[in-house]
Amino acid sequence: MDSRTETLALREQFETPAQQKEISTLGMWVFLVTEIMFFGGLFLAYAIYRRQFAGAFALASNTLDVVIGAVNTAVLLCSSYTMVLAVRAAQIGSRKALIVFLILTILLGGVFLGVKAYEWNQKFEEHHVPGPSFHLEGTPAQGPAQLFFSLYFTMTGLHALHMVVGEGLMLFLLWQAYAGKYTPSYYTPVDVGGLYWHFVDIVWIFLFPLLYLIARHQH
Amino acid sequence: MHEHVDSIKTYTLVFLTLLILTAATTMVSTIDLGPFNVVMALLIAVVKMMLVALFFMHLRHSTILTKVVVGGGMLWLGILLVLSLSDFVTRGWLPVPGK
Amino acid sequence: MITEAVQEREHYLNASYGIKSWLLTKDHKRIALLYLHTITIFFFLGGIFATLIRLELLTPQGDLVTADTYSKLFTLHGVIMIFFFLIPSIPATLGNFFLPMMIGAKDLAFPRINLLSWYLLVIGGCFAIYAMLAGGVDTGWTFYVPYSTNYSNTYVIATGLGVFIAGFSSILTGLNFIVTVHRMRAPGMTWFRLPLFVWSNYATALIQVLGTPVIAITLVLLIGERALHIGIFDPARGGDPVLFQHLFWFYSHPAVYIMVLPAMGVISELVSVFAKKPVFGYKVVAFSSVAIAVLGFLVWGHHMFVSGQSVYAGLAFSFLSYFVAIPSAIKVFNWTATLHKGSISYATPMLYAFGFIGLFTVGGLTGLFVACLGVDVHVHDTYFVIAHFHYIMVGGTLMAYLGGMHYWWPKMSGRMYPEGWAKLSALVIYLGFNLTFFPQFILGYLGMPRRYWMYPDEFQVLHVMSTAGSSVLAVGYLMPLIYFMWSLRYGRIAGPNPWGAAGLEWQTASPPPAHNFEETPIVTTEAYDYAALAAMEEAKVG
Repeated sequence: MDSRTETLALREQFETPAQQKEISTLGMWVFLVTEIMFFGGLFLAYAIYRRQFAGAFALASNTLDVVIGAVNTAVLLCSSYTMVLAVRAAQIGSRKALIVFLILTILLGGVFLGVKAYEWNQKFEEHHVPGPSFHLEGTPAQGPAQLFFSLYFTMTGLHALHMVVGEGLMLFLLWQAYAGKYTPSYYTPVDVGGLYWHFVDIVWIFLFPLLYLIARHQH
Repeated sequence: MHEHVDSIKTYTLVFLTLLILTAATTMVSTIDLGPFNVVMALLIAVVKMMLVALFFMHLRHSTILTKVVVGGGMLWLGILLVLSLSDFVTRGWLPVPGK
Repeated sequence: MITEAVQEREHYLNASYGIKSWLLTKDHKRIALLYLHTITIFFFLGGIFATLIRLELLTPQGDLVTADTYSKLFTLHGVIMIFFFLIPSIPATLGNFFLPMMIGAKDLAFPRINLLSWYLLVIGGCFAIYAMLAGGVDTGWTFYVPYSTNYSNTYVIATGLGVFIAGFSSILTGLNFIVTVHRMRAPGMTWFRLPLFVWSNYATALIQVLGTPVIAITLVLLIGERALHIGIFDPARGGDPVLFQHLFWFYSHPAVYIMVLPAMGVISELVSVFAKKPVFGYKVVAFSSVAIAVLGFLVWGHHMFVSGQSVYAGLAFSFLSYFVAIPSAIKVFNWTATLHKGSISYATPMLYAFGFIGLFTVGGLTGLFVACLGVDVHVHDTYFVIAHFHYIMVGGTLMAYLGGMHYWWPKMSGRMYPEGWAKLSALVIYLGFNLTFFPQFILGYLGMPRRYWMYPDEFQVLHVMSTAGSSVLAVGYLMPLIYFMWSLRYGRIAGPNPWGAAGLEWQTASPPPAHNFEETPIVTTEAYDYAALAAMEEAKVG
């Protein structure tokens, strides 16, 4: 019977640290596939209703601020950039760089969420939140217009929830990095956390054009 | 699995490309391409996704199994979208007796 | 009585004591037993609802319960049996226990996630039980909108949350199994040397990972619609109730394969051991498991033929539904071929295997009836459909589950169950099952709708037969509960391999040591290689 001491890098059920790392990464990828299917249901609803209510959706989409949306997209892409640099820093054993890049990632994620909160508040003020006080100028199709915003809030809301979880993950990684737990021979959590973060970014890469850029030529 | 350490230059190039593509998709949306607006938007989004996946998520250095897993996920999303949409798109194609 | 031999040797049950050692365990075998307790409780809870349903249906009038209460009975029966019993059943108990052992691994890839899976099932179950006690839910297990979102006055959200949480239990189990089978097989254990039980659980895991997230988002939208009126399924706002059905059935159809594939895996094991022959057409059976998993995702619209879905889509789904029957039929042919010229033993597990093969075939063939769009228009929402799926889930999955429990009981507990009583209860179950559900095919064909608590007088004879059968079934299910518990203290001590089975789990002690194997096995033989097993036994003795 195996009586070796269990370490972070080599847990009991695995034979070698390399096996553990590969398996942890594979596990995260499989989890991300479940996330693809989870968000997928929302994309289906979006596709169906956009096709059916093209006019109302276009009108509703045009009330979103494109500049803010594009800038926020850039912010999130930047956070993916800093994240992958964090992973790279861990790979080469640069503890200070790892910490700096994790902090930058967290800050950029925070900026994204803050801007999102601002946008949501705008929608609230403009009476674009679905409910009894909803009203969108310029169309009798108030029902389908509400559908757009229901999808907008549900999709960006679910995305934001995933961002918040991501921020939590990053804070955990930051704490562990600060405690010196990550070395070139064991940085799997940073790697795996990065995969999650990039996935959330990819979701936004699709959300931005689908929600913000419907028929923008109409202006 | 990747023991390969990508250079900062590579990552920076990818990041800048992503920014350019974001600007591109925003500007293309202001041109009226009819039904192709959606196509362009999705195309650019897919390219951005591939860049993030291949470079930032190290998919290009990953095992074949990982690539199959990702491919499978995309395929299954495709099944959900295509088969469901096949209902909505074809409603009214075949007449129902009495209607 | 417990002998010293069992007491002295250390194994997974006595390696540590105390409630913390169970509630915080990382051992897949202990987690399997945690699941076993949980799903057994849910099974009997679901059974109580079934009993009340059958009691009401003894008479044509609605006289035992009100119509609203009856709606709650069939809803809770369905929700509990499907989400809290059938879906976890074989993978989370027998799969958790034996998959790592069968591939020669020390544990699953992610033991702590495995424990989390169990907690998620329990927490989800708590939500469901809360909903039940607070007043119930009456939407049917299918939660169709707009009734569930706009009109029902029952605990829809609580139940939905319970199912949502339990869904993540299933997802994580699937994730664990996929990674484990790909990356933790012992040296020499190639894909085509894996026991077919592993192939089946692997295919099941694919479905769990790809399908369950969709019902998760569906429940999110359902709750959003009900609580916040987001409008996504509301025709007044341009929403479409049929969208709910697409999202719901995209998971819930493959879910039935989550329920039946592991059962088929058990049957492959049983048929081989108790005919002392390798499974005929091993590779074909292995590929059929994966084929069922894949094809199962392409047919969900056959639940929606009369929903208002486009006729064109209905045609496509009907056509595709016939294809999924093919790999299932292949398995039945191959099991039968395995039996041919085998050295057949009629031990209890084999009796359950025979029961499965017959009853699953009936269930599967009637699936072809309902897959036909024209026929389904007539039998949709009748007892014909109810009979069809109970033949598969109860006549099929539950029988395989019991067969597997009997087969692996000596390995898990170190004790034999009493064979005489076991054979008797298998017979009681088989007879009770057929008496309960065969009349329902006729009832449905004659037009008896499902979910109705009163019915025309002319259906009473068949309903009385069905209820009589259900009381026999109930006895049949209580018997194993009793004698399995009895065997823990008084059962004959079992050796490592009481059945003479091939497979790595039989090469270690009963009960197994905490780390499964004293040394990592190195695999050199094909699956079900009884000749090699015999040679190995001779070498040990000689």
